Amino acid sequence: MNSDIILHVEKVSKTFGGVKAVDGVSFTLQRGDVLGVIGPNGSGKTTLSNLITGFVEKDSGRVIFNGQDITRWPPHKIADAGLARTFQVMRPYPTLPAYKNIIPPLYSPRARRSARGKLGDRSAVAIDILEEVGFERDARVPYKLAGTLPLGYLKRLELCRCLALQPELIICDEVFSGLSMSEIASMVPLMKKLQDSGITLIMVEHRLRELFKIADRAIVLNFGAKIAEGSPQQIFNDENVKKAYFGGEDNTYVFK
Amino acid sequence: MAELRKERLDRGVKVRADSIYAVSSMKEIMFLIGPGLALIIVLLVVPLLLTPYWQRVFAITGIYVLLSISFGFLAGYVGLVCLGGAFFVGVGGYISGLLNTVGVPMFLCIPLAMLLGGLFCTVALLPCLPLRGVYFAIVSFVYPLFFARLIPATGWFGGTDGLPGLEVFSNQWGLLYLMVGVILVVIFGISRLVNYEDIGLVFRGVKDNEQAIKASGLNLTWYKAQAVFISAVMGCFGGAYLTHMYGWVGISLFATDFSIMPLAATVVGGVGTIFGPLVGAFLLVPISEALRAFGTLRIVFYAVILVFFVVFWTEGLVDYLKRKYEQFEHWVRV
Repeated sequence: MNSDIILHVEKVSKTFGGVKAVDGVSFTLQRGDVLGVIGPNGSGKTTLSNLITGFVEKDSGRVIFNGQDITRWPPHKIADAGLARTFQVMRPYPTLPAYKNIIPPLYSPRARRSARGKLGDRSAVAIDILEEVGFERDARVPYKLAGTLPLGYLKRLELCRCLALQPELIICDEVFSGLSMSEIASMVPLMKKLQDSGITLIMVEHRLRELFKIADRAIVLNFGAKIAEGSPQQIFNDENVKKAYFGGEDNTYVFK
Repeated sequence: MAELRKERLDRGVKVRADSIYAVSSMKEIMFLIGPGLALIIVLLVVPLLLTPYWQRVFAITGIYVLLSISFGFLAGYVGLVCLGGAFFVGVGGYISGLLNTVGVPMFLCIPLAMLLGGLFCTVALLPCLPLRGVYFAIVSFVYPLFFARLIPATGWFGGTDGLPGLEVFSNQWGLLYLMVGVILVVIFGISRLVNYEDIGLVFRGVKDNEQAIKASGLNLTWYKAQAVFISAVMGCFGGAYLTHMYGWVGISLFATDFSIMPLAATVVGGVGTIFGPLVGAFLLVPISEALRAFGTLRIVFYAVILVFFVVFWTEGLVDYLKRKYEQFEHWVRV
């Protein structure tokens, strides 16, 4: 297998009761790429991330990360291998300062390994990580109680929980949703910065305009199945995608 | 006629600048360390004032205090409802007793019983740690019942008679102040662990935010096991202590009281505090002792107290007192 392939998902399926939430989805991801995962509501995007990261057991299929078969691994082991993820619904410790939310991941074996036992003061490391994503240290934002932070900061806090693991791949579950336009505008360069630092990204998104500022390729899900894959242009011109989103009429102006 | 209204004011002593406490006078320092200091002084002085009978009660209360703290720690900070008090006491007591019968001196038996007992209890409870829900409570509650039947049935470890003639504390003051010392170390140690140490944040995450802990690459079961070990060590100390207080080990160490009383004490003192279980146990156990004259009727008094707290005073004593301590209340004219 090509060593540049970081993630290989092969015919992954999951059925909840009688509903096929994810139906035989396969894709391959090169190291350093950004892959978008899009689709209408309920098309199985979040379930797909849950399956890859082990939070939900797979009915069938295989997942290979960095040449290792992680299909049956528990979630904490997958995270420890360098495949991190954010959650759509964030639950920080509301009564604690923001930086304290980054301390548990610094306890992980992976964070300790990458620091080679020289992690030092975890609070200081946590504040450094937060500052990198735009928690202004001078304005004492890292010390603010997590419950008082606006949504944009909470989303970045969630990203920081991943970054503390020094991950190779992050699955971002709707980082743009619920944010104001200006918050999104500041989020886009941050995601680019992550990509430049060598982290591979999978972005599960609804906001296509912003997504394609970052992602160069996307897969489209509908009713759990992959209906299209390719560059933004390929996807917008795909008949199946049009059908899924607009019921078959030609409404591509929405994307322009 | 002027109307009166109750007004509450937060005491202005704690000047919170984000994460730093700015403390600027002796009075404020005393306000902050006062409760802790009062606890130390009370625990040191009380044994001196008691009659020998009540000194025994104090020592036994100490065991319940440790069990209650360990219950409160697991329930309030790790999210595990552990009804294994009797299990910890029994295992600790039997290990200490068995070691003593083969000639290990008492001052070595107790630490060994804590270590080995803690490991044994943790390993025994390990299979139900990955499960969510009531399974952990059930299994931890059933183990002591199991041993209390197994030992008489097989005749192991002295069977029904237990192991008599073990070494006892030669000095009553040593007995009392060992307990006082252990309680102080445990209460301040656990309070520091959950409030100031980084690992306390991981424990809290295990309770409130399981998914985030898993996504952080942390093995949930491993951290639950660590917390159970900490609790079991405290309980095993209680058992070993009891063993060498009476010089005897028997199946009464697996008595259900040891599992239930900590729960009651935590309800009275307040769930989600470290000092609550301590206060609760120090109230309930002596009350139970004082009501001994009423025979089985004391269970009724007991039940009334519990129901009162559960229904009318859910926050428990400690949270209430803490609020009163941090606020001024006075009547003002409107």
